Amino acid sequence: MTIDEVQQGIINEFSAFDDWMDKYAYLIELGNELPPLDEKYKTDQNIIRGCQSQVWINAEYSEGKIEYRGESDALIVKGLVSLVLRVVNGRTPDEIINADFQFIDAIGLKEHLSPTRSNGLLAMIKQIKLYAVAFKKING
Amino acid sequence: MSLDIESIRKDFPILEQQVYGKPYIYLDNAATSQTPLNVLKAMNDVYNGYNGNPHRGAHYMSNKTTAEYEKVRDKVKLFINAPTREEVIFTKGTTESINLVAYSFGEAFVNEGDEILVSEMEHHSNIVPWQLLCNRKKANLKVIPFDDKGRLKVEEIPALLSSRTRLLAVTMVSNAMGVVNPVEEIIDMAHSKNVPVLLDAAQAIHHMKVDVEKLGCDFMVFSGHKMYGPTGVGCLFGKKELLDKMPPFMGGGEMIEKVSFSGTTFNQLPYKFEAGTPNFTEVIGLGAAIDYLNGIGINNVIAWEHELLDYARKQLSGIKNIRFFGETEHQSGVISFLVGNIHPYDMGMFLDKMGIAVRTGHHCAEPVMDHFGIPGTVRASFAFYNIKEEIDKLTDAVKKVMSMF
Repeated sequence: MTIDEVQQGIINEFSAFDDWMDKYAYLIELGNELPPLDEKYKTDQNIIRGCQSQVWINAEYSEGKIEYRGESDALIVKGLVSLVLRVVNGRTPDEIINADFQFIDAIGLKEHLSPTRSNGLLAMIKQIKLYAVAFKKING
Repeated sequence: MSLDIESIRKDFPILEQQVYGKPYIYLDNAATSQTPLNVLKAMNDVYNGYNGNPHRGAHYMSNKTTAEYEKVRDKVKLFINAPTREEVIFTKGTTESINLVAYSFGEAFVNEGDEILVSEMEHHSNIVPWQLLCNRKKANLKVIPFDDKGRLKVEEIPALLSSRTRLLAVTMVSNAMGVVNPVEEIIDMAHSKNVPVLLDAAQAIHHMKVDVEKLGCDFMVFSGHKMYGPTGVGCLFGKKELLDKMPPFMGGGEMIEKVSFSGTTFNQLPYKFEAGTPNFTEVIGLGAAIDYLNGIGINNVIAWEHELLDYARKQLSGIKNIRFFGETEHQSGVISFLVGNIHPYDMGMFLDKMGIAVRTGHHCAEPVMDHFGIPGTVRASFAFYNIKEEIDKLTDAVKKVMSMF
């Protein structure tokens, strides 16, 4: 599956919800299911401080692909982190560098990426891309 | 006389809108309050009728603007009962007012090894300017703590005041907890050791009578946009004997007496501290906001807001696992809480979707959050135009959010 196909899968999943409450209930479910990030990764280096909530992100590179782990202290944000991880995990640096994450807009959750939301999500996506750029550089 | 809320709400058409298909409930007044029609009209009148640069022209519109602008200084003087109009300085807001004092007072009176005393419950605006001053002068910032109910430990103040203390800066009402501080007692303590006091009245000026002469404070600061006026305008009250000894904060037009390359002399108070073209339109708007508040009467405002706050406290107390922050005898304006393990961002998100505006997060008072070891709170804050039905809807909405977690 391509990165765009994974995004399309999420869009299809969310198209089943006609009510915002159902959509957010699903996000909460995803947030609760996201495995907690090991405390050893919750370092100052991995934290993205928002005004409202915080996000931690860690990345590891192996055999040409990147595995990200992440968490947030807010459940809605955690649900969104889970969706983003579903899209980026197991991808090559190039795939991530070129990804547009348009699914967030398509499922009607773009407001969470607004800089004024200050939930750390926008910075997290930027950080995910920076990791990809760095891994690409290191590994040629 | 009690307030006719229904007719008051007609002066705030913004309150009648629908958001996400639901009637909008605005409970974020401590962040910014809504603006009544008379304020908008006053500013419109400037732009449509007499938009001239004050103090600078000999023509009709400039003279008219100057007159209206200076009338507001008299209104503020009366509103806060300042001894003289020269002690009222217009600024951009509370933050600029505090920065002005931190800079200019600091230049005149603070030296290496001196101390500035603030409280643990201050807004960042009443912490960071003092930290900058302390860094600049190699001075030390000391902190008055509060207890777990949010009560400021005033009994610790005498020990914190030393011969090196140059200023005590404290908020009248905590923006994060709604705690009303016993500022008269604090001022007495500070003055007994000849330490001047700055009061941050940003969360107080529209909720209670702030009488600077009676209080005896040396500086008092507030913003227009939290008291039903426009953004970008605020005030600094300062005692003349201190202001006279303080150097200008910013240089530019209006604040000078004579400029030449061999040296510049400065204008008299209050103009010494009003560099550049002032926000005269907003100042005139602020004047209209004072008229509005005077029109409905501060005592009526106090009584109704007190009733709203008590009601909110009572209604929200019925929610399982609710925890309040700020539980002192004297509370004002805001109610700050968390429910169970629900993160404030999540709660705020859901309340927004239900058409209810509250503030969530650390409220620019991170030391308060650190005190309690929490990431933030949910804060509902009230104005005289709020009604009990809105509090009922908030309570129901909070219960509904709980059921989702």
